[in-house]
Amino acid sequence: MATADSVLKPDHGAARKHFIFTDEHEQLRESVRAFAQKELAPHAEEWEETTFPDSVFPRFGELGFLGLDKPEQYGGQGGDYYTALVLAEEMVHARSGGLAMGIAVHTDMAMPPILAFGTEEQKQEWVVPAIKGEKILCLGITEPDAGSDVAGIKTRAVYDEATDEYVINGSKTYITNGHRADVIVLVTKTDPDAGHGGITLFLVPMDTPGVIREKRLEKLGMHASDTALLAFQDVRVPSSAVLGEKGKGFYHISWELQGERLIGAAGCVAGAQNCFDMTLKYANERNAFGRSIGKFQVIRHKFAEMAVKIETARQMVYTTAWRFNNGEYPVREISMAKLYASRIAVEVADECIQIHGGAGYMKEYGVERVWRDLRLNRIGAGTDEIMLEVIGRSYGL
Amino acid sequence: MSVFADEHEALRESARRFVLAELRPHAREWERARWFPDEVFGRCAEHGFLGLKYPEEYGGQGGDYVHEAVFAEELAHCGSGGLAAGIGAHVNIATPPIFKFGTADQKERYLRPAIAAEKIAALAITEPDAGSDVAGIKTHARRVDGGWVLNGSKMFITNGVRAHFWVTAAKTTGEGGHHGLSFFIVDRQDGVKPSKIEKMGWHAGDTALIALDDVFVPDENLLGGENQGFYLIMANFQWERLVMALGAVGAMQVAYDKTVEFAKQRNAFGRPLTGFQTLRHKLADVATTVHTSRVVTYDALERFVRTEGDAVKEVTMAKLATQRACFDVMDTCLQIHGGAGYMEEYEIERMARDARLGPIGGGTDEIMREILAKVLAL
Repeated sequence: MATADSVLKPDHGAARKHFIFTDEHEQLRESVRAFAQKELAPHAEEWEETTFPDSVFPRFGELGFLGLDKPEQYGGQGGDYYTALVLAEEMVHARSGGLAMGIAVHTDMAMPPILAFGTEEQKQEWVVPAIKGEKILCLGITEPDAGSDVAGIKTRAVYDEATDEYVINGSKTYITNGHRADVIVLVTKTDPDAGHGGITLFLVPMDTPGVIREKRLEKLGMHASDTALLAFQDVRVPSSAVLGEKGKGFYHISWELQGERLIGAAGCVAGAQNCFDMTLKYANERNAFGRSIGKFQVIRHKFAEMAVKIETARQMVYTTAWRFNNGEYPVREISMAKLYASRIAVEVADECIQIHGGAGYMKEYGVERVWRDLRLNRIGAGTDEIMLEVIGRSYGL
Repeated sequence: MSVFADEHEALRESARRFVLAELRPHAREWERARWFPDEVFGRCAEHGFLGLKYPEEYGGQGGDYVHEAVFAEELAHCGSGGLAAGIGAHVNIATPPIFKFGTADQKERYLRPAIAAEKIAALAITEPDAGSDVAGIKTHARRVDGGWVLNGSKMFITNGVRAHFWVTAAKTTGEGGHHGLSFFIVDRQDGVKPSKIEKMGWHAGDTALIALDDVFVPDENLLGGENQGFYLIMANFQWERLVMALGAVGAMQVAYDKTVEFAKQRNAFGRPLTGFQTLRHKLADVATTVHTSRVVTYDALERFVRTEGDAVKEVTMAKLATQRACFDVMDTCLQIHGGAGYMEEYEIERMARDARLGPIGGGTDEIMREILAKVLAL
């Protein structure tokens, strides 16, 4: 059977190229990575204290990174969904979860519904400058008393026939980019008795009278991003500010959440991989009891377990992205990928802290920050529990 | 039969009252300031909390380890891991070796003022290149006329910046290792250069990297026998680990109570969170974990007291079981809080950050398993 010529050795250094990515995607990957390492990462520590500056947006815009998968007619690059995935993955090299989140909220949460449901005027007014980085977007769903239960929101938009305006009252919380944004995609109730059918989206400029940016919220992680509590007091917007169809807001947002969750899952895989890589380096360098700690069986197996988890999550994300890019709407699988990727990312970060020992607990090594940043993913964009609800209900349960 | 007698339960009440009245209200402020004031030691001393287990002849309360255990558990109610750790390092980590191995003169000069909060104490063993592997310590003490000169560095030292003295491990033979380590009581002086380290949690606490640069220590400050340092380390570890287990039990209880309160008043989909089966089950699991952790810890405490410190297996198991359990409990409680759990305001994120040290400090989980493997003759 086996002759000398047919003995194959595993090639662990192979590129491990995935079929969804072309050479163009790989070139994009290189350029985003180089940009993140050169222009963003050096400021990561500083931005943890100060939050990142608004000037990051026009710089991203200049490089075309705010509209990778957006139509060229609005200034985008006209790429496919995978280009957005590449950006989400490579942003890990900026070493700032808060920055990656601020960008993702702009490009993958707030912008898609405007493109999908907005009027031509709305796209010209908001998407065109947003892709250039001249206007910053945010999205307002969660309220102090309504998180997972989107239909339980209380922010009201009441139509005033005399002026053809809507009058909005309510509050929103945990709003990423809330302090810096120029416009908010706001989820409101236009008919409180109609349940899911009574929800409507609005595009509300943040300088409209009655929009109050309340306190900055302090968080476990994502310190580079700004998180706002917002109040809306008798905010008047013209009826042309309705985004999409009146009463269809819940469905618009449910659609938006799918893209957001998959992008989030991709970010989790990249975050876990990066944490794995830095910990592998540490385990090779750190000695205890006369050898590098990676040579202890228990530590070696920890790495093996982590690697399996990361690879599994990556394949789930890529396969689901492939279906999404082909025009399917695979809500169940997106929920699975989001749930699994965010869970394993947090587990991996925790294991990496443990492998680092005392150093893992120290700010200097950056591993504890990875855990704190990644921990949000099991809560934001739908908690683990909501993902389990979505998956369970998809089987008719 | 409980290891706690009536007198211990009485102490529990007064300790809880003190912690809630004098420490808890300042937790947030001190966390933000990345420091709690030294005066906290004075307030503790006024109530006798710095000398619970020490004899009255040194200003202590003449109590036993069970009194100290009660205080350690109750300290968790202050809501700041760094604050509890600072007080704990003083009473449970740095001063016990002086009481156990010190001369009458050393007790007079260091234990008495420590009990009175006139001096703050720190224990310095870990180094940048020697954590779990204590035998890898590189700080060395050179014999000179009338004493020793120490050079080296120490890492992750609780109370390391504010301490008046550091109970410090150093090599006293060329090869060091298990039979070549000694302890020294190092006074504040120019050659001791501590700098503060920023951490994931324990923000109110003081954790230092310390450079020892030609530090002179007189003969009378050698603690325990020359080259007997390893026994001192081993003796101290048991109590330190037991105290960590007790702190975890206290912290888990606080988190459970807090989360149940939140889950009962927070509504989603028209009912309180406790109206959802999966969340009820999560809380049932947390309650079970708190209980099993408590039982394992109290059992180890009872054995520790009965055998006068010889309960390595049970203490190690208690440390291993409770530290990971505590972090898992905090993580579950954080998750139940949803978005609020991620926000500083609700304090559960802080409890999670503080708890994460548990599986690392005082010997990592991996080291606990190594010890158990030896104890179990595997």
